[in-house]
Amino acid sequence: MSKLTLTTEGDTHVVVTRRFAAPPEAVYRAHTDPKLVQQWLLGPEGWTMPVCVCEARPGGKIRYEWTNPRKGSFYVTGEFLELVPYSKIVHVERMHLPDPTPDNHVETRFDPDGTGTRMTMRMTLPDAKTRAAMLATGMERGMEASYVRLESMI
Amino acid sequence: MSRALDAAFAALADPTRRAILARLASGEATVMELAEPFEMTQPAISQHLKVLEEAGLVVRRVDGTKRPRRLAKEGIAAMDKWLAMLRKALEKNYDRLDQLLAAMETPKKGEER
Repeated sequence: MSKLTLTTEGDTHVVVTRRFAAPPEAVYRAHTDPKLVQQWLLGPEGWTMPVCVCEARPGGKIRYEWTNPRKGSFYVTGEFLELVPYSKIVHVERMHLPDPTPDNHVETRFDPDGTGTRMTMRMTLPDAKTRAAMLATGMERGMEASYVRLESMI
Repeated sequence: MSRALDAAFAALADPTRRAILARLASGEATVMELAEPFEMTQPAISQHLKVLEEAGLVVRRVDGTKRPRRLAKEGIAAMDKWLAMLRKALEKNYDRLDQLLAAMETPKKGEER
């Protein structure tokens, strides 16, 4: 029921969907309140987010800094473009490694689904190469591998 | 590695090339066999195959005058692994979020929402 889907779409998109048991209002808050974001947006085990700036208004700044005692640290900056409580967030973000990556334009929608929420996050990268590099970054962060079949993405 | 993966994802951006890979997933095939289901000339298919080969997703074998193509397991595995890692990181995030949401569901009395 809560299974995540991750698909590439066309040349430049990555689409992620996930269902949550909580209503859109709660899921939206968890994406826009820095105190909450800081608790879950951590990636693989071992990382913490000591700095979390999340100014949820159009033009508001985003800055997430992650650190891992064994793997170092890196950060993401961005800006909010559009917010529709409790259904839509549009923002851009870039990773600093330390050079900034091209902007990732992200539209996140929260739709009511029974008593829960269906989230659809659509990322748009400037081109196919950038999308590949963005996906590759996940690997460099030392995530563990598990095997998925090619059929799931084509 | 990263450059090879760039090429692999760029190669996958095209629907014909994805269809060719799907066909090769069920076994080796010649250019003629691959061209059949598509309304495309063999040179056009060959061009797509060239992109897939350069991306490390497809390899060719010499069989007399034929050059049957098959999936390059290593290239495909590298790409799979990579998407799996991103998926895993996202799953971790959202599993944490599930727990956080469960805790939020019973706000204390008088708490502003």
